[in-house]
Amino acid sequence: MVRERIIRYLLLLVAFSALGSLALITLFIFKEGLPLIVKVGLWRFIFGSDWSPSRGSFGILSMIIGSLWVTTGALIFGVPLGVTVAIFTTEFAPPALTAAVRPLVQLLAGIPSVIYGFVGLTVLVPGIQRYLGGPGPSALAGAMVLAIMILPTIVSISEDSIRAVPREYRDGALALGATQWQTIWRVVVPAARSGIMTSVILGMGRAIGETMAVIMVVGNALAIPFSPLQSVTTLTSNIGLEMAYATGDHRRALFATGVVLFVIIMALSMSASAMSRRSTRR
Amino acid sequence: MSAKTSQRVAKTLSWVAGLSTLLLLFFLLFYVLWRGLPVLNLHFLLSNPESMGRSGGIFPTIVGTAALTLVAIVIAVPAGVGTAIYLTEYTQESTLTRLIRFGTDSLAGVPSIIFGLFGFVFFVITLKMSWSILAGGLTLAMMILPTVVRTSEEAIRAVPHDLRQASFALGATRWQMVTTVVLPGALPGIVTGIVLGIGRSIGETAAVILTAGSSLGLPTSLLSPVRTMAVHFYILAREGISDQAAWGTGAVLVVAVLLVNVVINWLIGRMVVRR
Repeated sequence: MVRERIIRYLLLLVAFSALGSLALITLFIFKEGLPLIVKVGLWRFIFGSDWSPSRGSFGILSMIIGSLWVTTGALIFGVPLGVTVAIFTTEFAPPALTAAVRPLVQLLAGIPSVIYGFVGLTVLVPGIQRYLGGPGPSALAGAMVLAIMILPTIVSISEDSIRAVPREYRDGALALGATQWQTIWRVVVPAARSGIMTSVILGMGRAIGETMAVIMVVGNALAIPFSPLQSVTTLTSNIGLEMAYATGDHRRALFATGVVLFVIIMALSMSASAMSRRSTRR
Repeated sequence: MSAKTSQRVAKTLSWVAGLSTLLLLFFLLFYVLWRGLPVLNLHFLLSNPESMGRSGGIFPTIVGTAALTLVAIVIAVPAGVGTAIYLTEYTQESTLTRLIRFGTDSLAGVPSIIFGLFGFVFFVITLKMSWSILAGGLTLAMMILPTVVRTSEEAIRAVPHDLRQASFALGATRWQMVTTVVLPGALPGIVTGIVLGIGRSIGETAAVILTAGSSLGLPTSLLSPVRTMAVHFYILAREGISDQAAWGTGAVLVVAVLLVNVVINWLIGRMVVRR
């Protein structure tokens, strides 16, 4: 019985590993980054548009806007496509095809981000330069690559929530003479709304946080972009590139950028879990 | 648009979306394999890189990837499966379990570059591990922990309740019940989580480059720096050292990812059959 009690306490200890990891990460990222934010001033750090580490000037506005451009673009391409694919596999596709599409879409999630980045760089970037103009590496290229990368998240979570809509809802609508599409659009999708929203929030989190694929296709120019064909730097791509050589205040400024990123991600995480709690309650 | 037309248009569009997603996936895989497979041979896999990877092979990066993945799995699996056992067998839903779940879910959403920054300042600098297999492996372990917890928990919950009660009725203690009934029953699901973790470790770049370094030598101990295949691919591609060697490495990565997925689907197939 003593053994049983020891095992119970050991398991309790182990159960805190994830929460403990999260706490450690929060602590150390803030410990490294916060002093610089205090030194520069939160306002000047976030809304300053000049990033010149050699002159000690740290403003991340252009990166925030860069991240916004690629993330918004990724959602514009990725959400309609992903939700349509989820509707396809749950409602329209023959069962055999559904069974095949599911694991294949998940395979997209398993492909390393550097592969997306380099395929994007060799196929997409020259294509954009040739047919749409601009330098090639651009916010648009980043958005398109990210749209594909967030598809698995959007498809699988939307699928689950569409599947969870009670059969009676569909039967009721169909019995009233609605077509299959009217049933899906007016009944099923609204009923699965919070699940679909959760998938969008989680996809957004993935898009903002993605680093390597983005570094390879966005061009990393430090200027506030005015067109999707312009080259941009994102919060993540700047950290990924400059951590290779940064020291002193410069390195601390990259951790401070990490703090901003981390706060955004945690806010998204929390709203996603609040959203999915709402959907399970119903 | 009449109801009939809109039905037809919607159905067509959904087919187009579904099929173009598949097409995209196949294009991605075939493109990498088309560029990379011609480069692959035993020499490429088993010899050391020369002049920064411009020629020669990728052997040390294969060793580095395997070493990091192994460390990550050895640490994340006991922690993750233990968490899942605690949540399912040793406690009821409470504020505590909600807190643990919040930690797991939030950790799953943390971007890899943040793990990289953390691993760098915590393992590499503060704990003085320098760029090493150990620092990289520990960072990866934290990254894949949520996956292991979730898949294990789901698999454990799927073990029928009667089996547990039968085990208790025979006089088993809780831990005996867990080890003889629950874990064997949940094994395919738990292994699925492990394999998913392996897949993620193999492909990870941002977190690894900041914690394990990018040294091209063969590692001699847990404290040696290593370069993984994904990092090698990134450096070759980004610095324009050699597109050929990059695609070769990329093809090995993609083949590894495909293998991982085949194993996962086989395991999931087994789970469904058992139930």
